[in-house]
Formats: sequence, C-alpha cells, structure tokens
Amino acid sequence: MGSLRFAAIALLASAALGSPAFAQSSPTYGVGRAPTAAEIRALDISIGPTGEELPPGHGTAKEGVVLFEEKGCVGCHGAAGIGGPGPALKSKTGQDVPIPKRGESITSLFERILPLHSPFATTVWDFIHRAMPLGNEGTLSADETYALTAYLLFLNQVIPEDEVLDKQSLPKVKMPHRDDYTQLPDWKPRTPRLQGYPY
Amino acid sequence: MGSEETPKRSKETDSNRSSRRDLLKGGVLAGGFTLGAVAGGAVAGRFASDAIAPALGQTPAAGPAPAPATASQNAYPMIPGSKELIEYGQRSHYVTSVRIAHPVGGRPSPDTFGKVFHVASPLQDSVGVITPSSLHYVATTRGSFIPDIDPNEHTLMIHGLVDQPLTFTMEDLKRLPSVTRLHFIECAGNRHNGRQKTVQESHGMTSCSEWTGVLLSTLLKECGLKGSATWFVAEGAEEVKGASSMPIAKAMEDCIIAYGMNGEAVRPQNGFPLRLLAPGFEGIFNTKYLRRIKIVDRYYTNYNDYGHLDRDPKDAALGFQIGPKSVITRPSGGQQLPGRGFYEISGLAWSGGGAIRTVEVSTDGGRKWNPAEIKGTPQRMAHCRFGYPWNWDGNETEILSRCTDEIGQVQPTREQVAQYWNVPFDRDYRVPGLDNSVMPWKIARDGSVTNGLA
Repeated sequence: MGSLRFAAIALLASAALGSPAFAQSSPTYGVGRAPTAAEIRALDISIGPTGEELPPGHGTAKEGVVLFEEKGCVGCHGAAGIGGPGPALKSKTGQDVPIPKRGESITSLFERILPLHSPFATTVWDFIHRAMPLGNEGTLSADETYALTAYLLFLNQVIPEDEVLDKQSLPKVKMPHRDDYTQLPDWKPRTPRLQGYPY
Repeated sequence: MGSEETPKRSKETDSNRSSRRDLLKGGVLAGGFTLGAVAGGAVAGRFASDAIAPALGQTPAAGPAPAPATASQNAYPMIPGSKELIEYGQRSHYVTSVRIAHPVGGRPSPDTFGKVFHVASPLQDSVGVITPSSLHYVATTRGSFIPDIDPNEHTLMIHGLVDQPLTFTMEDLKRLPSVTRLHFIECAGNRHNGRQKTVQESHGMTSCSEWTGVLLSTLLKECGLKGSATWFVAEGAEEVKGASSMPIAKAMEDCIIAYGMNGEAVRPQNGFPLRLLAPGFEGIFNTKYLRRIKIVDRYYTNYNDYGHLDRDPKDAALGFQIGPKSVITRPSGGQQLPGRGFYEISGLAWSGGGAIRTVEVSTDGGRKWNPAEIKGTPQRMAHCRFGYPWNWDGNETEILSRCTDEIGQVQPTREQVAQYWNVPFDRDYRVPGLDNSVMPWKIARDGSVTNGLA
C-alpha cells in the first residue's frame, strides 16, 4: 500500500470532503485510517503461544503470593486459590488435571477457570492481564501479571517457586497438557464438520 | 410480527388480569375517548373472529374468556397515546413472554453485582423466524456488565499480518458496501436434558435476527492479507475483552461486521455498537463490542479458545460449526392441548452447515416420519420455520422433528449419536459437541405436553 496513486486518491477525496488528509486509508474506498504504532501497541493484548506480544517485565511466585493478597484476589478465590466464593484456582488433582470432554458440565468448567488445561502458559498471563481483578480489569502492570502468573503456576506445581517468568521464559513453561491436543480441523465452507457423523 | 395480533384466550392469566386492573386504575377508561377509538373498531372486530380458534398457552385455560366485542366501539379499554408509545412502540400488555435465566436454577441474571450471564429466549411463544431483539438470548463469557459504549468514540482496528493496518469509525463502516442477512446465533451450552420443563429451558439459547453490516472480507481485502495469514483473533471492548480465534477461511467466506439488527442498531446486550457475526459457528465466536481484529498465523489459544482443543480429532471436528438441529416449539413442554382435533405443529430448524433443506415430523414417537412444510425460503445459517398439520386423536403419543441441511447432514437422535461413538446409551447420555439431537415432546391423554426425555 502507500503507493503514490493511493495517497493521491486519498488526498483528493479528503480535499473534496474538506476533511484532514490521512496518509493512508483503505485503497478501494478511501475509508478508514492507518492506526499509529502507539495505538496498535495499546490494544495488542492478545498473547499468542510465542509470546511475541508480551511486554518487558518479570515476576516470581514469591512476589505473586504478596500481590494475591494485596490486589484482593483472596476475597474471591480464597487463600492459596481455594475456598473462596469465586472459581478455585488450585486444581484438586494437581498436575494430573483431566481434560474435560466436549460438552462436559459446569464442574469441569470450574476447573477450567484457571486455564491449566491450556497447552500454553501465555493463556494464563493473557487472562489475568485482560480480565482481572474483578472490577479493576486491565489495571495490573506487566511485572504484577508475571508475578501472579508465576504464583498460580507454582500453586499448581507447574513451575518451582523461584522461577522467574518474563517474555522469554513464560512461553517455554511446560504446561501439563502441552503436547496432548490434536490439530484443530481445517474448516471449509459448505462441508460437514465430521464426514459420516453420526451415521 | 404476528404475535401481537393473535389474542391467546387461554393466556388470560393472573398477571394479565392484574395488569388490566392496573390499567383501569390508571384511568385508561377515562382517557379512552381519544382519536385512537375511531380506529379501534376494526381491531375489536378482528379480535372477535380470531378468538374462536382454540389457542395453546403456557398455562391451562384460566376461566372463561371476556365476552366478545359487541357492536359497541367501547367494548375494550383504549390505550391512550403517550410520548413513549408514539416514539418507540411497545407490545400489548396481554403479551407477557419474557426471557429467563439459563440454566434454570443456575446463576441468575442479573447477579448480585448486576452482571449478566446466560439468558434464554421464550421459543414456546415464537412465531416466524425472527427473534424480537428484546427477546434475543444473551450470553457472556464469565458474567459481564453490559458496556455503555458511545458509538461516536468506538472504532474497529484491523492489524497483524496485513499490508496496511486500518482503523474504522462507525461512520466509516456505514459508508462501505453492506449486506443484510438472516442468521441464527446459538450458545454451545444450549443442551437439552430430561430435567427441563419447557422449550425455553431446553432450547432457548438460540435466536435469529436480520443482521446488517459490512462483510469482514471487504475490510480484509482493503487491508491486504499477507500469505502467512491463517487465523484471526476477534476481540471485544467489554471489561473481560472476550477474544476468540477463528480460521481466516471463515473470515473470507461469510463473517459480517454488524451494526444493524432487525432494522435498528444492534442492542447493547447483543454487542452495541458493533459485533462480529460468524454465521453457524458456536455463539461465543460472534464477538460482541468488537473493537479489534488481529490477523495471525496460528491458533492463539486465548481464554475463550483453549476449551475448543481436544485429544481426539473427531471430538475436535465437532467444535466451531454447529450441526443440523430442530425443535418443535408448539406444542411444547408446559403447554396444554385443550382437546382432540386439529393442530398445526410448529417449530424451528437451523444448521451451521447452510440452509435447511427438509424437515420431518413424527407424531408417533419416531416410527413414521412425515415431511413438514417449510415456511418461506430457508436462509443459510438461519432459523427456518416449519409446520405440520396434525389431528390429535386424544391418545398418548410423542411428537418429534428432525431436519436435513443443504449439505446433507441429518439431525440425529441421541441413540444414534451414542451408537456412532460406540458407547452404551442411557437416559443421561450427553451428546458430544453442541447438542443437536432430536427432542421428543410427550402428549398425555389429558392434553398436557411434557419433556419426552424425562
């Protein structure tokens, strides 16, 4: 994009409309504008398995246990992640956490609230950062999120207490079900989801 | 829609009567002699003739119906005009159909914090294929406040593996070529079991609306997809910022960035000002309060995602796209047949695989299947209304429906599903994936309709 031609069209269009000229808008319709790098960074909160979106920072379980109290996590999740009115964050079955079958009930869903079933620890970081604490979502700093993630993974015997989590180490954490999942189906339009099902 | 025009004598329940009392107390009669009374004569006449037809209700008929209209134009109280009614109309106070928390006995909505969790649509009272926006089912990921978003401030940003990231305002989106399509949305938690009493409890987490917006493919072509683009992450602006990963093939096929719903702006509970429609995919993918789409090269395994992972490829295949499904909405659980005789069995059929091709109805517990009439032209990934003319002989029986979609997928019975997975069938068998199995309703000799799985 960004070719002279498109820029010229955009300039002409915006001049005609009397609006400020944008460097780049959509090529066919001349609508929309290019977000700035800062705008993208501010919204780019979905953390993929490689962790490329993770911000700098670090934390350990020892820091996390303090934050778990300070940030009020205990109020909903209970001390050490169990016994509160909110979802339990410590698996009853430790490392041997079963994978719920498709359509299995709420009880297994509750074991799902801490994404221990996820093959990647990035899922845990991502959810804490975007959706916790209740009522103050999105307020945790990067360091705080690394520390809380470390604490919850330590609680569930996934990492040792002194392991430092950061942008490099978090994606490498070996989750209990890291290698247990099959490929997702290659979705194609106008195609049965499973050939021959159920007959 | 037609429901407002169909008086249900048998639905003259206590609440109706008390609301009428309220109306009388409110001095409606006194204000009845308005201009509206002139047109009222025609309405009264239609009420009188329609009232002859027997009607089914949620509750058994409660006492005698009010006397039919005489020639007098004042036989009914009049609804006085008000600013509110003129500006944004309202259904009759005789129509009392409402949404309920789902599942029954589960987490209430609103909860003690004012958060909304799961709310089911009253399918037993539905007519046609469009769910009124006020009755569309609602679901949120973990319980959520409904964000009060100023559309003038709202933007959609598309970035990631594209040549040109772009941000669109609501006004930008409305300048672009639009589509208007009927699509259902169904929650993956829409499962039926023997404990449910009504079709609202068993099937109410599906709804169908006419959606208007821009095809996601239109926007992605403007941004220019890079060759490595295989998935996209759609993310909302609510406090949990719900995000789901979907195949890029779906984005290019039929996803809609919708700002319109049933002829007006999308409602706040349904994603105002902007939501993603991923037609035929499980409800959670239809991202509400859409603020961002990131084009990526792998499944992102965010919080909404990892539950779709499975050990078994066959299990995994049952995620995303919803199978063919149908249910009889009338007569259905909790309703009452007033006596033997003619009834049109009516229901809904839908499929994530495309349009519904055929629907069959059995009135003898599944021994004989008869073709049902499809009302109108079935749309792809949309509710389809079917009807079947039935003379009830007064004997105990079971009524069921099953559908076939345009790609030949057939709605299975629970027994057939168990057989496929080679597991023993019992009453509590849970169908894997979104439960699209056949739903039986039992008709007793006294005309009561109950859950056939009970």
